[in-house]
Amino acid sequence: MSEDHQNDDEREAVVEGVGKAQASRRRFLQVLGAATATAATSQADAAPWEEYFQQHYKRLTDEDKRAIFARLEAEVQDKYGVTVRINDPKPIDGVEFAYALNLQACVGCRRCEYACAQENNTSRSPEMHYIRVLQMDKGSLDVERSNTTYEGAVPTPEHYYQPVQCHQCRDAPCVRACPVNATWAEPDGIVVVDYNWCIGCRYCEAACPYFARRFNYEEPTVRPSEINPDQGYLSNRLRPRGVMEKCTYCLHRTRKGLMPACLEACPTGSRKFGNLLDPNSEVRQVIETKRVYILHEDAGTNPRFYYYFG
Amino acid sequence: MRDFIAFVRSSLGAVVHGSSAYYRWLAFLGVWMLLGCAAATYQFANGLGVSSLTDQVPWGVYIANFSFLVGLAAASVLVVIPAYVYRDAALYDISILGELLAVAAMVMSLLFIVVDLGHPELFWHLLPMLGILNFPQSMLAWDVVVINGYLFINAYVVSYLLFSKYCGRVPNKRWYFPVLLLGVVWAVGIHTIPAFLYASLGGRPFWHSAVLAPRFLASAFVSGPSLLIIALSVVRDQMHFPVREEALHRLRQIVGVAAVFNLFLTVSEIFVEIYPGTSHSASMRYILVGLHGHNLLVPYIWTGIALSVFAAVVFLARPLYSRPKLLLVACASAVIGVWIEKGMGLVIPGFIPTSLGEIVEYSPSFIEFCVSAGIWAIGAFLYTLMLKVAVPIELGTLRLPGAPHERIGLDPVRGAA
Repeated sequence: MSEDHQNDDEREAVVEGVGKAQASRRRFLQVLGAATATAATSQADAAPWEEYFQQHYKRLTDEDKRAIFARLEAEVQDKYGVTVRINDPKPIDGVEFAYALNLQACVGCRRCEYACAQENNTSRSPEMHYIRVLQMDKGSLDVERSNTTYEGAVPTPEHYYQPVQCHQCRDAPCVRACPVNATWAEPDGIVVVDYNWCIGCRYCEAACPYFARRFNYEEPTVRPSEINPDQGYLSNRLRPRGVMEKCTYCLHRTRKGLMPACLEACPTGSRKFGNLLDPNSEVRQVIETKRVYILHEDAGTNPRFYYYFG
Repeated sequence: MRDFIAFVRSSLGAVVHGSSAYYRWLAFLGVWMLLGCAAATYQFANGLGVSSLTDQVPWGVYIANFSFLVGLAAASVLVVIPAYVYRDAALYDISILGELLAVAAMVMSLLFIVVDLGHPELFWHLLPMLGILNFPQSMLAWDVVVINGYLFINAYVVSYLLFSKYCGRVPNKRWYFPVLLLGVVWAVGIHTIPAFLYASLGGRPFWHSAVLAPRFLASAFVSGPSLLIIALSVVRDQMHFPVREEALHRLRQIVGVAAVFNLFLTVSEIFVEIYPGTSHSASMRYILVGLHGHNLLVPYIWTGIALSVFAAVVFLARPLYSRPKLLLVACASAVIGVWIEKGMGLVIPGFIPTSLGEIVEYSPSFIEFCVSAGIWAIGAFLYTLMLKVAVPIELGTLRLPGAPHERIGLDPVRGAA
């Protein structure tokens, strides 16, 4: 199902402005969801108070969650006329996700950055991206000498490229910083945010050594036709204003066995993702056989994100 | 209980009756308060997008003022310790005025935190049981505890002392002294925890420094008593409160030593950052000389340093500090100097460059300016009203009908009886 969405999105990207297949699919989904939507609109009347007194994610029962997801789905239907499905895939026992990125292969095309925005429904205006691609000077590993606003053809002979996103740290300073536990590390290592619990103090953003967190200073906007309807409650559902968000290794995909959107978009195969606890996984093989480099290792946060050479 | 109602009624009476200068002052503050409320409402309705804050610089003038104001509360502990522990009679007379300044400072710093939140209406998430307070892991949770605690401690002690005096009774030491001592210990937290809030972030080299907490303490010991000297002069001239020269002298000695020590710590920090020239010194270079052509805050920080140096010289040279007007100017310079250094001068460079080397500069938006000015006006308004009640009670002119009308409790030792 979500693979289909991904294909649709890609087609839209290629044939810009057409996307007829997608439009008709959305209409179909809208009709399908119409019954649920009308039922849910009456719920939306009581929404402000329910939303205000909504408890922390970890204190919600399954029943609570069902009601909340229905309320959120109805809100999107009301506001955008788009039928979305909010689900909540659980971490899988024996899985610890990790990322490895080949610094020698990355060409700095930023396709990961834009695929991420599309997949994760990040705001288009103001424009928000979880991934920052650094154009690095050859001969230096110092990110302070990098350039994030480069333009023109890539790669250039003088540079190499280093995409940076949330490193899902084992000792995450952002998790410790949060005064209300609105952000935490899941058992599979993914650091998530409860968008309805965050009070918006931005201490986590100050604490992060990877510039991985993003705050919604303004109401995030995504065009209805660009909304990815396959949404995780703790990942890519549409966020409210005034809360923090971040990369979740696309947990709504990866917990179902799919790859993160950034990896699928990469034309060079620089990105490897998988289960660190599985000795045969690609990411484990990379860490065991390649020369691995950890960004800001001196910050002591023990990331689950590795750069490698070769 | 009836006495307490009379106390509240007398207080309200004292607050609404005053000279025309008093009304003009309140009206002036009122205008800024209204402007601030309007701006805060606008921000609440439209979100923090109306600020100049970015993902690169997520904290600005609000958190800067917060950092400064937790220091200002030092005015309280620096008069309480000499007055109650060392029984300094001159400072004992004015200790209530110092504690009230701490109350006003705590209220302001809490307001600055509230306006900085993306969802201030969700404050209940911080309440233990009802919400979740991430204590003791989060330094911000510690901050919530120490600031509210310090506000409560000071508010309780001054209310009790003033109420006792209003009733013509000698305050019972058992009822306030343990809390007062707790306040002295708590004061260490109120200056140290905000410093740790910054210093604990390993990914921000500019803040990640062991000397930051001592710097917070030293600069607090400059700004708090300096502002208190100004307040005392106003109270003496406008409200005829007999402030002893010794009290001003003692405070001036404290700020003199603290100002020099603060400059020394600042110089140590600058030296350690700049001399070896590691990449971690980028923020310090940004604030002092600019970085890659970005130098928005350079004139700002040098103004702060110049004011601090000027104040320190005046505080230490007898021919200078013995001129009351010049002393007041020096006090104002010291307060502004610390406000620059411990405010935006500390907060903004911590984010420049970002941990990925980006440089995005920050200066407050018009809305941020109005909200900040409004909160300062609220603090000044509150302090004025509290003084308007406290001074006549201290003077013995505001009393419960039938209570003796002389001044009470010059000697804290006698208060123990």
